[in-house]
Amino acid sequence: MAAVTTSTERSLNRLAIVGVLIVTMIFLAPIYWIASTAFKPRNLSTTIPPTVVFTPEVSPFVKLFTKRSQLRTPPTPEEYAAAPWWERMVFDGGEKVVRDGKGNVQWSGYPSRFMNSLIVAIVSTILAVGMGTLTAYGFSRFKVKGEGDLLFFILSTRMLPPVVVAIPMFLMYRAVGLNDTHLGLIILYTAFNLSFSVWLMKGFMDEIPKEYEEAALVDGYTRMQAFFKVVLPEAATGIAATAVFCFITAWNEYAFALIMTNRRAQTAPPFIPSQVGSGLPDWTVIAAGTLLFLLPVAIFTFLLRNHLLRGVTFGAIRK
Amino acid sequence: MTSIELRDVQKFFGAVQVIKDMNLKIADGEFIVLLGQSGCGKTTTLRAIAGLETIDRGDILIDGQPVQNLKCSDRDIAMVFQSFSLYPHMTVFENIAFPLRATRMSKADTDNRVREIAKVLRINDLLDKRPSALSGGDMQRVAIGRALVRRPKAMLMDEPIGALDAKLREEMRAEIKRLHVKQGSTTIYVTHDQIEAMSLADRIVIMHEGRLQQVGSPTEVYARPSNLFVAQFVGSPVMNIAPAEVKSSKDSAEVGLGGGQNFGFPSALISQLDAARSRSGQLALGIRPEGVLVSREEKKGYLPVEIHLIEPLGSYDIVDLKVGEQLLRARTRSGYVERTGDKVYARIDPEQTHFFDTASGNSLGVRL
Ligand SMILES: Nc1ncnc2c1ncn2[C@@H]1O[C@H](COP(=O)(O)OP(=O)(O)OP(=O)(O)O)[C@@H](O)[C@H]1O
Ligand SMILES: [Mg+2]
Repeated sequence: MAAVTTSTERSLNRLAIVGVLIVTMIFLAPIYWIASTAFKPRNLSTTIPPTVVFTPEVSPFVKLFTKRSQLRTPPTPEEYAAAPWWERMVFDGGEKVVRDGKGNVQWSGYPSRFMNSLIVAIVSTILAVGMGTLTAYGFSRFKVKGEGDLLFFILSTRMLPPVVVAIPMFLMYRAVGLNDTHLGLIILYTAFNLSFSVWLMKGFMDEIPKEYEEAALVDGYTRMQAFFKVVLPEAATGIAATAVFCFITAWNEYAFALIMTNRRAQTAPPFIPSQVGSGLPDWTVIAAGTLLFLLPVAIFTFLLRNHLLRGVTFGAIRK
Repeated sequence: MTSIELRDVQKFFGAVQVIKDMNLKIADGEFIVLLGQSGCGKTTTLRAIAGLETIDRGDILIDGQPVQNLKCSDRDIAMVFQSFSLYPHMTVFENIAFPLRATRMSKADTDNRVREIAKVLRINDLLDKRPSALSGGDMQRVAIGRALVRRPKAMLMDEPIGALDAKLREEMRAEIKRLHVKQGSTTIYVTHDQIEAMSLADRIVIMHEGRLQQVGSPTEVYARPSNLFVAQFVGSPVMNIAPAEVKSSKDSAEVGLGGGQNFGFPSALISQLDAARSRSGQLALGIRPEGVLVSREEKKGYLPVEIHLIEPLGSYDIVDLKVGEQLLRARTRSGYVERTGDKVYARIDPEQTHFFDTASGNSLGVRL
């Protein structure tokens, strides 16, 4: 890079920064919309033009987590005064919190759907990345007969839109009782991600010089030990990147989740829009659910950011 | 006490034979240097001994025991790779300790061993650093440390200092020699640098296209090359090779070079040369530049030649002499001849002359 920048270069730089800012704002606009709606009072959520300045409140989140029903008669002043702060917010919205016979608050469907999403996404990511890493290692290090054909076959599972097989999958799943089970979705998502994971990890594995393992072999380790002690740490960057992609795919998957699940194993993506339901939808609650739904991916990516940013291999092999 | 032996080892990669009929006996404590051009199979030979490569035929024996069916982890041999292959995710300490961890040595013992070897290699200040923060020379020391720490039966080194700059290479060469004297472990060292080979080896093994050309001490290989390849590969600047015509009468012999320039040779060579000539048709004469004697004044036995080129190399000059059609490189005191085009007088020292059969390339063994 030139140490001295001319004034044209400087103004070009400034222009580029402005451009980047504009693009960033365009991409962030929907997220801002979701986030702001999640904290709006209900009556401000659908105004035209959109309300930008308002007093944020957490009532959408309270409503998100509780089961509610319409109030036919307003609560008595005593009832209202005895209620905790969050229940009053529900009263204010013309609804009441549903309680069971013992007076315990009933959860809404959201937390369990959220948990389902977590379970399915995490387990399927671990499976896809684990199997993908091992497969990629095998392809990368050993002479496999018909390696090219096998790799092509693995990739070919991605060549048609998955929804195409949704109906046959649904029928098969119903026949073997995998409908509406966590296991069913986990198998499905693992299968989706596996080809991707194999190919991505193969690239990363090929980048790791085989001298590393050979050095370990000569130093008295078995191949298995060499794999765990040398190859895996070296592949950490690739594993992290692959895991993030697999997690995002599994986390965001909508079509199969909608078709294959309805209650027990339903994940958040099909659940959130189902809340739009009939009558007047409460957009603030939906926005709150969506906002929370965005968090895990953001957190996951944030935790792995060092691995994602680090170069693949650097340092101690001279080429 | 470790001896290594290769018996009729053959190695193919597909249809290509990379090691051909390799026979080699290495005694305990010996420092053997495998010398050869790039691609001649040096690395493959080392990897076969280490167990990283299977061989197609023959035996590899360590201490008399065939090992070709042993996994590399069971052969107890250490190797320094052509690339150092230090693990970037471990510190220098962990890198050196890595082979010891495989043996489940206690933490305290491991610690002692690593620090001991680090002290010998003068890298004790670097133990907490990552390999990526090291200089080339230090990386090489760490790689050697990792190989030595286990006190292996034998040590294999694949061009360990090939990538370092000239000055550092010289330093590390001396260091490797010092280490070998201290540790005395059987070592096979691969290089394509003949100066490295000469300075380090007890015995040099010269390979060409997968075949052993000659095995011998550095002086032996230098003074008595067994064929044209060795003659031209060992020694710098390269030995002169010229087609030679031998004419002998009753009591003197002459060798014609470059079409008609006849150098006198003592009569003691007559019978040998006669015998050699009858065995093969064409002869080639080999003479190292220091065997071409140059004089500014006319002398007995010296032929007039023209100076074609002068390469001053500091401590001496290399001078190309035009002998008939043939160019001969001679080594002179620096500044001894002054200008190209000058006339000087030259003689070929019979004691340093080699004769080769042009067809087979083998030395005829004709020496004064
Ligand atoms: N795994 C392999 N598959 C096919 N051919 C190979 C393989 N490894 C080496 N070869 C070939 O075998 C020959 C010898 O290779 P080797 O690495 O032993 O040479 P080398 O003497 O160590 O060369 P260098 O000085 O360049 O390191 C080369 O022609 C090389 O292309
Ligand atoms: Mg090599």
